[in-house]
Amino acid sequence: MIAFLAKRIGIGAITLIVASIVVFAVLEILPGDPALLMLGMNATPEALAAMREQMGLNEPVPVRYLGWIAGLLAGDFGRSFTYSSPVIDLILERVVVSLPLALIALTLSTAIAIPVGIFSAARRGRAGDTVSMGVAQLGVAVPNFWFALLLVYVFAVWLRLLPAGGFPGWGAGVWPGLKALILPAVALALPQAAILARVTRSAMLEVLGEDYIRTARAKGMPRRYVLWRHALRNAMIPVLTIMGLQFSFLLAGTIIIENVFYLPGLGRLVFQAITQRDLIVVEGVVMLLVASVVVVNLIVDILYAVVDPRLRIRA
Amino acid sequence: MKPFKSVLAAAALALAFSAAAPMSAYAQRTDVVIGMVLEPPHLDPTAGAAAAIKEVGYANIFEGITRIGPDGQVQPGLAESWEISDDGKVYTFKLRTGVEFHDGTPFSADDVKFSIERAMAEDSVNPQKGLYSAVEKVEVVDPATVVVTLKHPQGAFLWNMGWGEAAIVSPASADNNKEHPVGTGPFKFESWAKGSSIKLVKNPDYWGEPVALERAEFRIVPDAAAAIPALLSGDVHAFSNMPAGDALPQIQGDPRFKVVIGSTEGETVLSTNNKKEPFDKLQVRQAIAHALNRDEIIAGASAGLGVPIGSHFAPHHPAYVDLTGTYPYDPNRAKELLAEAGLPDGFSATLKLPPPPYARQGGEIIASQLRQVGINLEIIPLEWADWLEQVFKGKDYDLSIVSHVEPMDIGIYARPDYYFQYQNPEFNAVMEELEVTADEATRNELYGKAQRILAEDAAVGFLFQMPKVGVWDARLEGMWENWPLSVADLTKVHWTE
Repeated sequence: MIAFLAKRIGIGAITLIVASIVVFAVLEILPGDPALLMLGMNATPEALAAMREQMGLNEPVPVRYLGWIAGLLAGDFGRSFTYSSPVIDLILERVVVSLPLALIALTLSTAIAIPVGIFSAARRGRAGDTVSMGVAQLGVAVPNFWFALLLVYVFAVWLRLLPAGGFPGWGAGVWPGLKALILPAVALALPQAAILARVTRSAMLEVLGEDYIRTARAKGMPRRYVLWRHALRNAMIPVLTIMGLQFSFLLAGTIIIENVFYLPGLGRLVFQAITQRDLIVVEGVVMLLVASVVVVNLIVDILYAVVDPRLRIRA
Repeated sequence: MKPFKSVLAAAALALAFSAAAPMSAYAQRTDVVIGMVLEPPHLDPTAGAAAAIKEVGYANIFEGITRIGPDGQVQPGLAESWEISDDGKVYTFKLRTGVEFHDGTPFSADDVKFSIERAMAEDSVNPQKGLYSAVEKVEVVDPATVVVTLKHPQGAFLWNMGWGEAAIVSPASADNNKEHPVGTGPFKFESWAKGSSIKLVKNPDYWGEPVALERAEFRIVPDAAAAIPALLSGDVHAFSNMPAGDALPQIQGDPRFKVVIGSTEGETVLSTNNKKEPFDKLQVRQAIAHALNRDEIIAGASAGLGVPIGSHFAPHHPAYVDLTGTYPYDPNRAKELLAEAGLPDGFSATLKLPPPPYARQGGEIIASQLRQVGINLEIIPLEWADWLEQVFKGKDYDLSIVSHVEPMDIGIYARPDYYFQYQNPEFNAVMEELEVTADEATRNELYGKAQRILAEDAAVGFLFQMPKVGVWDARLEGMWENWPLSVADLTKVHWTE
């Protein structure tokens, strides 16, 4: 198990180093002058030069890269070009929105998808299966921003139960904060649940066709017990993989939903930073996301080993 | 959970057809939430060009020695009066007394001197450093009197000092204004939740007429699709300029809201590279002008709300001359002119477009209009940063579309290295004369002359003046109807019931 973990962590570290080089290089190539973008079309050449100096853009690229890496290792993400605050503060302000949102959405989608998937698999070909998979098909097909707008019209504009968007901050209390996250979480969770339910169903079907299930049933074990204890555990590998991918997506890939609900999440921070050429923020956030993907993958790998002891040895 | 979706869909459809949504009663209120599309990068007007910085701060947090009112006229600001020497070079400002910055530092003539000198300094990052180009020196006579001496008379000096970038800041707080702006205005900065909202509170120690609002919040609503529900749900009370697009009629038909279409300082033009072949030929530029159908462009690119322009000047200004008839829409005449220029079969060129919808949609229409006279445009969409780099800075373009939003910026055509690459000594002479003329009537005459030269030269393709789509709660009063500056001055805003 220790060798398994060490290997996984080593791979993760290499991924991070490669990612840092790629991110930095890509942003260097990206056309656009952050100083010009900040000062606009009427700026004098002297003002632009002074701004570039302030932003630290006059240093050669390798020097800036090494300075950045040294900072990262010391936990210093640098200072934003546009917002004049430290990058880490900007990221933390957004993480307190994006992380709870991702967790609520993931919990919601898992809570819906796994029972539905098992239910469908157990009733393969019958009416319940057809209906739930039909709805799941619809859930995959419906664009989440459109669904989000529907939710806004019903619950915010019409019923006035929940805010149409925005985030009051956790300082305003837990309930106002959660209230602001309910609609976006539902909008994010349902399409994800649809995908997860389909994956769960097909993984379950595959496992249910295995010999050991028949053996277990032949030994006289109750159907329900076989389904939950024997089948589900073995069907978890693909389900966990998808959940891991979904979590990474939910953390920063939700820019569209963040725009619809004007939530100050990580996705919008990256998007805004790219359009404003706030390179240091883009670099910081991307590294953080790479790190989170690496960590999530590591957790998924460990969970594989938990659900399937054979993988502990093979690694 | 899933079948629930169809219920929602049905409910939403029902909603779409029912005009009367529940209306909740408010008590007399003293807070307001203003929606804005773009978040300011920071809040220091002396260090960034983004319009959003001034939308939040102008007249609310920061003040200058003069200010520009909703009618575009210069009003007294921190200077209550001024005297101008006979040669027009020495301005003596009498400043208000008893004024304090939000951090409690008293305001005096030293702050005026500091602010002007800071903006002019070598390491200044003021995006409108050019406003100070005529200033020679600033002297403090006593705490309430400051004398500004100019190198030469400058007709627009008082007006220049009313810009957002000319804000008066204190040496004690100037370096921190990006994150925590400190000015002398009627509102104090309270907090900024990045990506979400900026909150201001009433300044109880304000020197002037107290404002009606106790609190004001600027909420960032980046998406046009989200702007409408934000208003309908009552989360946001007003948009100074709403990204409504096709959804505007929905709001216009709703008695709970007031929709005011005003004018702005944004001249939207088909930027033309005057040094590049074949645009260096007058006939080619004239041909393009004749090929442009402004009504069609306005219908498509600004929902029919823009005002056609024939030169680079805002129609709401007293010096405006209507030159839209200089080269009327006439594709046949355009073809003749192309033939005269030696291009009977037309030619091909590129059209590099920045991201705003007016440019992207206008670009499609213009490309199809020019195709009818034989000019084939290849549309190249660019991001802002890329557009600034390639088109604006690199001058690597044939045609582009952009709105020039700086107020009274006709002088850009006289700049030698400007991206239009337009050069006309006659025009430059008018601009030089204008620079040193203070008399209002003579100035307006000169502005008229400058407009005519640009129109006749077809320096660029003049399209339309950008509209300001003001939308606010019908019970809210005091919002600016026009935008001589793109700001959200809340000093006169109040609720009527």
